[in-house]
Amino acid sequence: MSAIEVGGKNIALDEDGFLADIGDWNEEVALALAKTENVDMTDAHWEVVNFLRDYYAEYKIAPMIRILTKAIGKKLGKEKGNTKYLYELYPAGPAKQACKIAGLPKPTGCV
Amino acid sequence: MSKTPPPAELAKISHQPPETPWMETPVEFRPGTWCYSGKPKALEALGLPNVREWSPPDEDWKLPEGWQKIIYEGFKDRLNKYRSLKIFMDICVRCGACADKCHFFLGTGDPKNMPVLRAELLRSVYRKDFTTAGKILGHFAGARELTVDVLKEWFYYFYQCTECRRCSVFCPYGIDTAEITMMARELLHLVGVNINWILEPASNCSRTGNHLGLQPHTLRDSIDSLCEDIEDVTGVHIEVPLNKKGAEILFITPSADAFADPGIYTFMGYILLFEHIGLDYTMSTYASEGGNFGLFTNQETMKKLNAKMYAEAKRLGVKWILGGECGHMWRVIHQYMDTMNGPADFLEAPVSPITGTKFENAKSTKMVHITEFTADLIQHNKLKLDPRRNDHRTVSFHDSCNPSRAMGLFEEPRYILKNVVNNFHEMPENAIREQTFCCGSGTGLNTDEYMEMRMRGGFPRANAVKYVHEKHGVDLLSCICAIDRATLSTLMQYWIPMVEVAGVHELVGNALVMEGEGERTTDLREEDLADVEGEEDAV
Repeated sequence: MSAIEVGGKNIALDEDGFLADIGDWNEEVALALAKTENVDMTDAHWEVVNFLRDYYAEYKIAPMIRILTKAIGKKLGKEKGNTKYLYELYPAGPAKQACKIAGLPKPTGCV
Repeated sequence: MSKTPPPAELAKISHQPPETPWMETPVEFRPGTWCYSGKPKALEALGLPNVREWSPPDEDWKLPEGWQKIIYEGFKDRLNKYRSLKIFMDICVRCGACADKCHFFLGTGDPKNMPVLRAELLRSVYRKDFTTAGKILGHFAGARELTVDVLKEWFYYFYQCTECRRCSVFCPYGIDTAEITMMARELLHLVGVNINWILEPASNCSRTGNHLGLQPHTLRDSIDSLCEDIEDVTGVHIEVPLNKKGAEILFITPSADAFADPGIYTFMGYILLFEHIGLDYTMSTYASEGGNFGLFTNQETMKKLNAKMYAEAKRLGVKWILGGECGHMWRVIHQYMDTMNGPADFLEAPVSPITGTKFENAKSTKMVHITEFTADLIQHNKLKLDPRRNDHRTVSFHDSCNPSRAMGLFEEPRYILKNVVNNFHEMPENAIREQTFCCGSGTGLNTDEYMEMRMRGGFPRANAVKYVHEKHGVDLLSCICAIDRATLSTLMQYWIPMVEVAGVHELVGNALVMEGEGERTTDLREEDLADVEGEEDAV
């Protein structure tokens, strides 16, 4: 298992660089994770990450992409409520990159 | 995660065997060809032994003390318990009929992916430990000791089999290679050798009722969100009953249908259908998974995960169970459930409340496949369908391995498709029906770190799709399995990016003319329909 050093503390990661323990997450950790993905965090990026974290707090799973785009669309206007907007922010895929930065585990099963 | 080579590179497949004899060719754990090991949390939840952190490329797998004896005893138990295993170990004459039938062999060129040789990995140890000739003659009788390298070989190749059973169709003895793989995986579990992508869904399912780990409120909100989407497209407001006692029918489908793209569109199709015919049904937040990753783990886990179907049917007091578009779920239901968790005498032999058809084939399990149910509705002219709403698509059908080879479901999905789609083309005959090619990612191998092997294993399927794409312009591959919906999408993106994937009931949902609906300008994916008026003029 690999790790990432943030503020002098070693944070454990899984094989794909996701947080091993979601309890280790804070904004500083998020910035360090974003760096591993070459993502510069702007307000727009944080909006997505914060939505993911709120969703996870309520449902204990990352939302499906359709729920994410719908929520963004409702909040920021219809022109942003689509996967294109999310891919502009997270080019390697919102499900993987944004979830990783938000500290969420990957969903499993027939997905 | 490893980077998958580009298609042009992957398509260069050498069928030249290695120079060293097979027993002297050890496994190389190259990234992209193996799955991550089972996490301690999942093993603990399922009560599996030898919980630890380890990784397949590690030299030391941290096997328990006396691991050879554990496997020996486990093998002995299973040979006594399953007569089929004993027969399959003894009767192969190595005729080679299966050799080039496996999608992993076709996609890798690795001789150990010939089903005969994959089984031989286990048989060689069987001969050494359980046959007189093997005990005395050893190597000369094709026997060998179980060493760490042999165990590593088992792990590598028995997780390069998707239990699809295409090879079994061609075996003159009917050897069921899926059962051999199941046994090998069971033996590996005894010493804590397994993969996380199977164990975590199985553990989730054991805890929350489904593979994704959706809790009741998550499922409720997700389904409500899909109902909003249906209303946006059709103008029809639908509510899906959950945990409704006294409903006539319990509907169980893979959890991915309610929570993952493109399964969600199949889900919309189901509930549009139920609304269309006014079905008295309920879904359950407890029995909220059709699939059963226990089938890929061991018999005990499979039985436990399956038990909730009958238990929930009893609690809710329904008459019978309707099952959704899932693949391996139907192997469990059709071949094991009745004797494993039945008989379900508290249920009634299934009768369609709309047509009165008695599903004789399901009178024992009390569980009907949704394509049987829908095909019967169409046969009795109970559905108002406008297939022109799928005219923007040219469709083919991928027979999902288990519904086709484990239950012989060939005609029903095709009958439905012919009634809801105008542009339909079959793939070549050696790639459909009982000869169908696997998606390459079944039996819980649909994980990202295994991508190169998935794209190799799916190559024969992709090739057949490419043929109909080029010949007939097929741009939508329909199927009746949730793993397929997820994995074929990835496979198509890699090999034939112009083709998308859909469940059969998504196409039903598009075609259904609902009472009180608004004008439909898009399909369920909110993509524009073909110009229906124009097409009518052209006829």
